[in-house]
Amino acid sequence: MSRTFTEAAIAGIGATEFSKESGRSELQLAAECSKSACEDAGIDPRDIDGMITFTIDNSDEIGLARCLGVKDLAYTTRIPGGGAAAAGTIMQAMALVNAGICKNVLIWRAMNERSQYRFGQNPTDMKGYTGGHGTGSLLWCIPFGAMTPASWGALQAARYMHTYGITNADLAHVSVLERKYAATNPKAWFYGKPITVEDHQNSKWIQEPWLRLLDCCQESDGGVAILVTSLERAKDLRQKPVKITGACQSIPYNVEVISNYYHEDLTVMPEAMGTAKRLWAQTGLGPKDMQAAMLYEAFTPHLLMQLEAFGFCGKGQAAAFVKSGALELDGVIPTNTHGGLLGEAYIHGMNSMAEGVRQVRGTAVNQVTQRKVEHVLVSSGMAGAVLSSV
Amino acid sequence: MSTEPPAVPAAPAAPKPIRIAPIVTPDAKTFWDACDREEFIGQKCGDCGQFTFPPRPMCPHCHSLKREEVKLSGYGTVHSWTIPRHPPPFGFREAPIVVVVQLQEGIRMVSNLVGVKPEDVKMDMAVEVAFDDTMNKHKVHVFKPRTA
Repeated sequence: MSRTFTEAAIAGIGATEFSKESGRSELQLAAECSKSACEDAGIDPRDIDGMITFTIDNSDEIGLARCLGVKDLAYTTRIPGGGAAAAGTIMQAMALVNAGICKNVLIWRAMNERSQYRFGQNPTDMKGYTGGHGTGSLLWCIPFGAMTPASWGALQAARYMHTYGITNADLAHVSVLERKYAATNPKAWFYGKPITVEDHQNSKWIQEPWLRLLDCCQESDGGVAILVTSLERAKDLRQKPVKITGACQSIPYNVEVISNYYHEDLTVMPEAMGTAKRLWAQTGLGPKDMQAAMLYEAFTPHLLMQLEAFGFCGKGQAAAFVKSGALELDGVIPTNTHGGLLGEAYIHGMNSMAEGVRQVRGTAVNQVTQRKVEHVLVSSGMAGAVLSSV
Repeated sequence: MSTEPPAVPAAPAAPKPIRIAPIVTPDAKTFWDACDREEFIGQKCGDCGQFTFPPRPMCPHCHSLKREEVKLSGYGTVHSWTIPRHPPPFGFREAPIVVVVQLQEGIRMVSNLVGVKPEDVKMDMAVEVAFDDTMNKHKVHVFKPRTA
């Protein structure tokens, strides 16, 4: 039979525990979360025929396939951009299923990013600045003491915060909200540990005067996997299918991941605006059609800039929007309801993708119940997807 | 194993540079070589005349391969800035002021602001180029408040 267009859906999600010291190899974390995603779906891991991860994931496809006993891989690929790749993996998995290249695509991201190495510390080698990771201009930062994601992120956020008069105290509301969500999520590292605005303001400067410790995502050990298959098949599997209604990437001219200072207007995130434009065009939906959003926030200002890029509020209004309670469960757009990368864990954004799936299924611990969840936006800035109930 | 100490102690040497030397890629070599000579040069297209940064082999505007390395004004403004407090970055005895400078030529680059107290840094303040030593006897461009 010739190739036809096949709708794609997420059939399974899986994760290890989120910790600061997993005590096992990254490959083992990858294998555990992958197996768990397959079990969640009711798919035999041996039947996986596509594998996708981030360019900077340390585990080898073949190594993982050998753990899972994958019989016959049809395709493997990796997405550049660090955390910006998170939703990009969903886009690629969707495209592979759409095109009939693969039937069961495994997405994974597993890392000992606290116990084995730390993104938040100064680099110990220059590996990350080589080609293929979408971060080529970072080498122009290193001799000047900008050598951590927070420093690069602060330089990106400062112009936005300055232009709209957003102070670090304004950012506290993002942090407090995510920690509130995390406090009721037993899987979250900060389960049972909410914070106040004062706690936020008393935390140490990481990047003065923009980012304090509590504006920064965690460093975590753990793994998250997502299993994508055809919508038709997903309907016969174990879980309620979560349709990938649309997914895309956007890398506008002169935009790059994190050391993103070369495009015209540093008060906006052009990649998220491009993702929004493409995603809304692809799906015929808009911000008002979303009942929840999971937005990549390595640092609090980047959540604000995405809220604006996706049209949930106007330019420069996101800080006030958050403060008004708009991201609460009964707000305009419940956001990062698992506690986000600040509260739950930092599995490079993939744990937020999984929360999008749970909100559509209706199984999140902080479930949106005030309205029926039909569509959830998941975004990692340079990529995004709309996950929908069927 | 023991050696005689010098009879007269040497004059105290200037502290050795601890700043990390630039990572030099083939397309950026001309820029960094010029920095070593305390020259601030930029890449201008030999056909359409537009400036680009970071340096690259092809002009994105007209696809010309004719690169011209021209002297830059060295004048610009602080377009963004931050002070990395934690972790203290390698290569500095005190926390540096990291800036994104918008040059008169319309290009931007990451650098340091020197000769200013942290509390006196202002967005859009006028700056001019200077140079600072790195380890392994190289130099990088930094900026100080504009005098002229």
